[in-house]
Amino acid sequence: MENLLNIFVKSIFVDNMIFAFFLGMCSFLAVSKSVKTALGLGVAVIFVLLITVPINFLIEKYVLKEGALIWLGESFGDVDLSFLTFMVFIATIAAMVQLVEMVVEKFSPALYNSLGIFLPLIAVNCAILGASLFMQEREYANVVEATVFGVGSGIGWLLAIVGIAAIREKLKYSNVPDPLKGLGITFILTGLMAIAFMGFMGIQL
Amino acid sequence: MDNQEKEPIFSAKNLKLLTEPLGKNNPITMQVLGICSALAVTVKLKPAIVMALSVTIVTAVSNLVIAALRKQIPDRIRIIVQLVVIATMVILVDQFLKAYVFDVSKQLSVFVGLIITNCIIMGRLEAFAMANKPWPSFIDGIGNGAGYGLILVVVSFFRELLGSGTIYGYPVLEKLGIYKTGYENNGMVILPPMALIFVGLIIWIQRSRDKSLIEKN
Repeated sequence: MENLLNIFVKSIFVDNMIFAFFLGMCSFLAVSKSVKTALGLGVAVIFVLLITVPINFLIEKYVLKEGALIWLGESFGDVDLSFLTFMVFIATIAAMVQLVEMVVEKFSPALYNSLGIFLPLIAVNCAILGASLFMQEREYANVVEATVFGVGSGIGWLLAIVGIAAIREKLKYSNVPDPLKGLGITFILTGLMAIAFMGFMGIQL
Repeated sequence: MDNQEKEPIFSAKNLKLLTEPLGKNNPITMQVLGICSALAVTVKLKPAIVMALSVTIVTAVSNLVIAALRKQIPDRIRIIVQLVVIATMVILVDQFLKAYVFDVSKQLSVFVGLIITNCIIMGRLEAFAMANKPWPSFIDGIGNGAGYGLILVVVSFFRELLGSGTIYGYPVLEKLGIYKTGYENNGMVILPPMALIFVGLIIWIQRSRDKSLIEKN
């Protein structure tokens, strides 16, 4: 339990997707003009991470890893499919996003109306594929740990995008030098926020 | 290179495709594409150069393939088709890096895989390759890859010089005897946040030189 809490806190603050690894930067910069849309995208990211990270974990464990196919029989014991990782992960993510979109549309039109436009964007959000690849690299012990890591990363991403959107809303009233307006100042702000987040470094529960 | 003889291939229009992404239409500073990886691999010059080359190759070749197939691809499933083409290219690049420059491949860690979701590639496929012939698409891929690489190299050059006092692993500052005057490396520059601030400064410089690029809002 303590271990899970540790992974959770670490993936939100210490290994924050945006401030420590710059993942999902494109949509982070593009969709952070107002808090409301930022919140919508953030929730969608958490949702998709919650689904794709455990699925990719299971695929990795039972299909792709060296010797993972042993449950099929002795002769599959030395099959190593790990070179297919990227292709399988991205295919899973694209398929899951499509599926989630359809399910949400069918059962919760209200949620679909608020999340809908963001879901296709998410298939190519590097934070999603990045979380699956980090999950593989850090070798989490079981599916619960992987899920907790996925959700934590999503919450970290949400915090970051809502934070920057709030700052950008206020920024309208400040006097930024012309060439820095828009993209430039957003980069520098993100840098400053990242420095603040570095204060969390080394936290261990 | 002798452009004279190959005039039809390197026509003025195609050359523009090659040079525009280097400045006016730079993928990172103007189109806001491919930022994720650009920031994370720029601590040292060497991984940055390897990354820039990988992205250029993947962009150019997948642009070429998609442009060649553009009339066959059904519109509704184009994203999956594009992802498959890109993923195949990235797997090739990844295996190549693992075989020949293993240490760099380790440093880049997940970022080689993340080329798949690098928005530059998807962005160029959607915006250019789906509507143009293979050869201009190939040039467009090279141009955008180079524009991306340019920013990577500039950022990593300054980060390595200021942060570790070396250029491409060569201890320049030590050889020049600068440390004897009491100078110390700026450890802050190596930390991830400084990459963002460097790109911000590059945007600032670029836009103050060319006022037409300034955003209005």
